[in-house]
Parts: sequence; structure tokens; C-alpha cells
Amino acid sequence: MKRHHTFKRLLTIYLPVLLIVLFAIGPYIWTFISSITIEKELYRPDFRFFPEHPTTENYTRLFSKLDFARNMIDSMAIALMTALVGLSITVPASYSFSRFKFKGSKVLLMQFLVINMFPIMLLIVPLFIMMRVLGLMDTHFALVIAYSTFTIPFSTWMLTSFFNAIPQDLDKAAQIDGCSRIGAMLRVVLPVAMPGIVSTGIYVFITSWNEYLYAAILTSSKVRTIPIALQNMIGEYQIEWGLLTAGGVLSALPVIILFFFIQKQLITGMTAGAVKG
Amino acid sequence: MNKIKRRDTLPYKMITPAMIVTLAIIFIPMFRTIGYSFMNYIVYKPTEVRYNGFENYKTIFSDPLFYSSLKNTVIWIVGIITFQFLLGFITALLLNKRFIGRGIARSLILIPWVTPSVITALMWRWMYDGNFGLINQILFRLGWIDQFIPFLADMQLALPSIMFALVWQGFPFFAIMLLAGLQAIPDELYEAARIDGASTSQQFFRITIPMLKPVILTTLLLRIIWVANSLDVIVVMTAGGPGYSTYTLPVYSYFKAYKGMDFGYSSALAVLLTILLMIIVSGYVRNLLKEER
Repeated sequence: MKRHHTFKRLLTIYLPVLLIVLFAIGPYIWTFISSITIEKELYRPDFRFFPEHPTTENYTRLFSKLDFARNMIDSMAIALMTALVGLSITVPASYSFSRFKFKGSKVLLMQFLVINMFPIMLLIVPLFIMMRVLGLMDTHFALVIAYSTFTIPFSTWMLTSFFNAIPQDLDKAAQIDGCSRIGAMLRVVLPVAMPGIVSTGIYVFITSWNEYLYAAILTSSKVRTIPIALQNMIGEYQIEWGLLTAGGVLSALPVIILFFFIQKQLITGMTAGAVKG
Repeated sequence: MNKIKRRDTLPYKMITPAMIVTLAIIFIPMFRTIGYSFMNYIVYKPTEVRYNGFENYKTIFSDPLFYSSLKNTVIWIVGIITFQFLLGFITALLLNKRFIGRGIARSLILIPWVTPSVITALMWRWMYDGNFGLINQILFRLGWIDQFIPFLADMQLALPSIMFALVWQGFPFFAIMLLAGLQAIPDELYEAARIDGASTSQQFFRITIPMLKPVILTTLLLRIIWVANSLDVIVVMTAGGPGYSTYTLPVYSYFKAYKGMDFGYSSALAVLLTILLMIIVSGYVRNLLKEER
């Protein structure tokens, strides 16, 4: 009887979970295997799953031949700036939405939810023209501005939900102890909200690091983020898959590592509204 | 907490930077796009830039490529959402059970969701490859196909193939949202049902589904909007080809601006797409309000 039960659990829980996990990470496994395979061996007629002679050649070529380090620095700088600019604008706004009831606060907060749903094509052409007029084409700033169009509405919404989770008694206590309202926010609420703020910042960093369409339109040669560099490799007549998969691994890795640190916070923030609503 | 006095300006001061930036980089561009959609605006014909009323819209409604893109958009949304939802739901139900390694499984399953679109496109393009792709190799070795299939170069297969990659990328979001919803259902409900002699399937359809309904609706709405707007994977995987077989509305609008340099027509397409999406949003909101009453 006991054994029968274990067998049933294997079949109804462990096996399907294993299959789903395999589906989720399978493409990564294959990408990684391809990235440590010599280019020639990838295209041999007798298919092998594992490479005969694993190699790091694709990775070294990525840096020596293609200036991948510069792409990484560009991506890093833009994502970091977007996160910092975004947080410094949205932290005060979200605090205000969470703590004060003022005329129009509900409508304004709703507005951020709705503009988060606008298609990118609604903004991309005027932003392109704006960057050209301002002489910002092909600069880091152009992308920081463009990415703010989706990171600012998102962070405002997200941070408001984090602030809402912090009891207002905390602010009151701080004010009784002699803090001003700003002082209560800076010295008491912000430290408590820090995990949420950092998670939001990291999420903004991740989405900026991943972005492709704005980068394709607003930058060309002076600034080149990783997604653009990879896409340019695809564009050529002969695709070097060893090189490309190595680039893919290197660009996805930081994102996955960062994500593991924030997933708990992020999921709490994202599901709070939906589960209640 | 703070009853605001009429002249208290602090709350407004704190939201001012966010409002100014939003106005400058979202609302003003949005209204300009609406303006462009009523213009003849082709970048390399600067002397012919002028307002032309509803010309762009008239052209769109007699444009066969618009209708095929619209059809593809519907297939794209319905197909992807259906399978993301089903797979996500199954995953959530499994992750809601207690088993060894649940934490690790949950983390691993989330990986596709944070994968950059370009990487998603690149990985799947390599796996779909018509000469050396893993999927072809596996299907061939299993004896399910006689010859390799050029998935992304086939008019019929290209769109479903990209959609499959999107299902992979997006199902974890459903899984995680639905899991949070499942965990919020009080155990007492199930206990009471068991005492009353309800079967497992009765519990599922009478407790789980009704209790999850708000989460399901919200998640569906968020995903529909997101999937409808996502075009980067298509752009990188097939650039709309072969032919125009993987053109959706945003892809059409994108290439009209990017390759065709026809900002007027591209803007009109973008405006139509936005209107369509907002119809879905308002429909959902109305539905939710009805439920509450």
C-alpha cells in the first residue's frame, strides 16, 4: 500500500514537474552545449549531443574578434543609469501615492497602470524624431530616456504596492518622535522599504539590459548594447552559431543570477495587486 | 493617515518629477503619434509632409496586408495565451503540492520568463534550424519525420513555431501568478468540502476555479496586452517572413517605420492597435465590475 502511494506520487508529481523543468531549461542546456562546441563540429552530419572536445574557443573569440566587452559595458551603463534615474523619480512619487490621499491621486495612479499597457509602436516614432532634434541619437542618454517610458510607470506601480505593505503607524511613530514628514520617510520608511526598492531597481536593470527594439532604432555604431550586437551577428549571411550561443549564455547569465536574488520580493510585489483584486 | 489640508502641497511636489517625465516622454509622444497618423509623412519625401485627414486610415482599410496582419495578431494572441495559460495552470497546481525540491523547481521554471527576447529568439532559431537544429535531429531520430523541416522558412509553420517559443517564454508568469492565487485559498474551504463528501474534481470546479477567478482574469488581461504588444521575438526570428507570413500588427507598424520610413502609415497602424487593445481592456474592466455587483 505504502509503495503504491510512492509510485503514484512519482507519476503524478515528480515526473510532470521534471518534464516541465526540462522544458523550461532545455533550451539553455542546448545553448550552453553548443557554445562549448567547435564551430565545425556543430555542422557535422553525424549528430552528437555532447561535443567531442569541449572548448572555450567561442568565448575567447567573442571578446577578441567582436569587442563583446564594449557591448557589455554599454549595456551595463545604460541599464544602471535607467535604474538609478527611474528610482530617484519614482520613489518619492510612490511614497506620496501610498501615504497621502489627495485630489486626483487615484486617477493619477491608475494612469500609470494604463500607460504601462501602451504598445511600444505608439511612442517609438516620436521618440526617434525627438532624439534626432535633440542630437541624442546613438548615445546612452537616448536609451535611458526611451527605457524610462516603460520603467517609470512600472516602478511607480510596483513601489506603491511595496510602500502600501508597510504599516502607516511607523510614519506616525516617527513623527511623534519629532521627525518631519520628509524625515519620517527618509529615516524610517525608506530603510524598511529598501528590499522592495532594490528589487524594483534590479528588475528595471534587467528589463533595460534585455531591451531590443528601442536600441535597434535609436542607436547604431557608437553605442551598441548586447542584444543589438547579437542580432548583428545573426544578420550576416553565414551564421556562426558557436559564437552566437556563447554570446547568448554570457548575456543571459547576469540576468538569471540577479533574478534569483530578487524573485521572492518581486513575486510578492507583482502578485499582491492581482491576488487581492 | 494624514488628512491633507487644502494648501498642503507636499504630496503634489513629490509626484511632480514623475508627472513631468511621464508627460514629456509618454503623453506628448503619444499625441504626436496620433497627429502623424493624420499626415502624409514619409521621411525621404520631406517636401510632401502635410496633413491628409483620414487618408492613412482609408488606405489601411483597403490594405490586404493589414487584414492578414490582423488575422495573424488574433491567431498569435489566442494561441499563445491558451497554451501559456494551460501549461501555467498545470505548473501552478503541481507547485502547490508539497514535494522534495519544490523551491528549486520553482526557481528553474521561472528562468524562461527573465530570458531576454533576443536570446529567446536566438536559442529557438538555432533549435529550429533546418539543417542542424536539435528539434529536427530529435524528430528524425525518433522516426517521426523522413526529412528535416525548415520550420522558420515555411509559410505555414513559421508563425506557430515562433508562438511556441513565446509559450516557453511566458508560461512561468501564469504559473507564478496562479500559484500565488492558489496559496491564498484557505484550506478550511477544502476541509469543509471533504467533510461534505465532495470529490476532488468537485472541489476543483466548485472551490479552486471560482476562488481563482479574479487572479485568472487579471493575469489574462496583463498577458493578452503583453503578448499583443510583443514583436521583438518575431523581428529577430523571421523579420516578418517568409513572405509576410509572420506579420502581426505591431510588426507591420514597426517595419513601416523602420524600413519603409513611412511614419504616417506606421503611426496610423499603431493607433489602430492601441484602440483594439483598449477595447479588450475596457471589456474586461466592465466584466469585472459586473461580477462585483
